[in-house]
Amino acid sequence: MGDKVPVLKQGPYLIASIQTALTDAGWLEFQDDLLSRVGRFRSRGVIIDMTLLDVLDSFSTRTVRALAQSLKLRGAETVIVGIQPEVAMAMVQLGLVGRFEEINTGLDLEEGLAGLDKLTGEGMAQDVG
Amino acid sequence: MSDKDRIRIETDADIVNARQRGREMAAGLGFSSADLTMIATAISELARNIVEYARTGEIAVKLVSRNSNKGVAIIAHDDGPGISNIDQAMRDGFSTGDGLGLGLPGVRRLMDEFEITSEIGKGTTVAVKKWRQ
Ligand SMILES: Nc1ncnc2c1ncn2[C@@H]1O[C@H](COP(=O)(O)OP(=O)(O)OP(=O)(O)O)[C@@H](O)[C@H]1O
Ligand SMILES: [Mg+2]
Repeated sequence: MGDKVPVLKQGPYLIASIQTALTDAGWLEFQDDLLSRVGRFRSRGVIIDMTLLDVLDSFSTRTVRALAQSLKLRGAETVIVGIQPEVAMAMVQLGLVGRFEEINTGLDLEEGLAGLDKLTGEGMAQDVG
Repeated sequence: MSDKDRIRIETDADIVNARQRGREMAAGLGFSSADLTMIATAISELARNIVEYARTGEIAVKLVSRNSNKGVAIIAHDDGPGISNIDQAMRDGFSTGDGLGLGLPGVRRLMDEFEITSEIGKGTTVAVKKWRQ
């Protein structure tokens, strides 16, 4: 399905903004795409913006967690931002929260950038802010 | 809008489609957005179990009422392999696949009513309801 996730390069970071509900195949495609971009651009950090996502179920959570772990092995930190309050509540009910513990999260893009700066020692948040 | 909708579940695109249609139908009843998200998440889990373990099946979304209360019922049905031990399948963390084993117990927590019947070699039906408080 052509719902490609747009990825923006911002200095040493990549910002991926999920625009629409992804199918399972779409999630896997996103995973591959981000992993190859991090290598291509030698990115130090990645922000995944989920503001527009209306559901995070067990499959997508598992995929995001695996993605963050793989990105780490490729030398990039990941911060997930924009999980909506209702989505967060449903994730708690589903039992997914423990599964997100090792993943860095932030409220919005600004917090995401600040989080990456801290994790990587880069200084993008000030430049962009 | 009809008060009943049956969605054939076969591919991962059907999973997204089913949860969007379920959400739309429930939205018509005036559920809060928190409830709509829980309903959509539950449909997603049930639909994925169909694709993953039974390959094909269907999800019916129905508007229901009891006394003056209105709600939505989701019935996920397949003619797949069935579940040999339901108690075990309902346990957090139990999975015969490579999942987290959270789908079924999670759906029970997300919804107000939960019923599962399954017969080996015949199939599985999970019927759940959420009431508008
Ligand atoms: N429709 C079904 N047909 C046959 N077996 C099923 C069906 N749904 C669930 N099961 C069985 O019940 C187990 C538990 O299901 P559950 O959805 O809780 O976890 P999971 O699918 O393994 O992982 P997750 O949903 O967290 O990705 C499954 O591993 C599978 O063995
Ligand atoms: Mg499941």
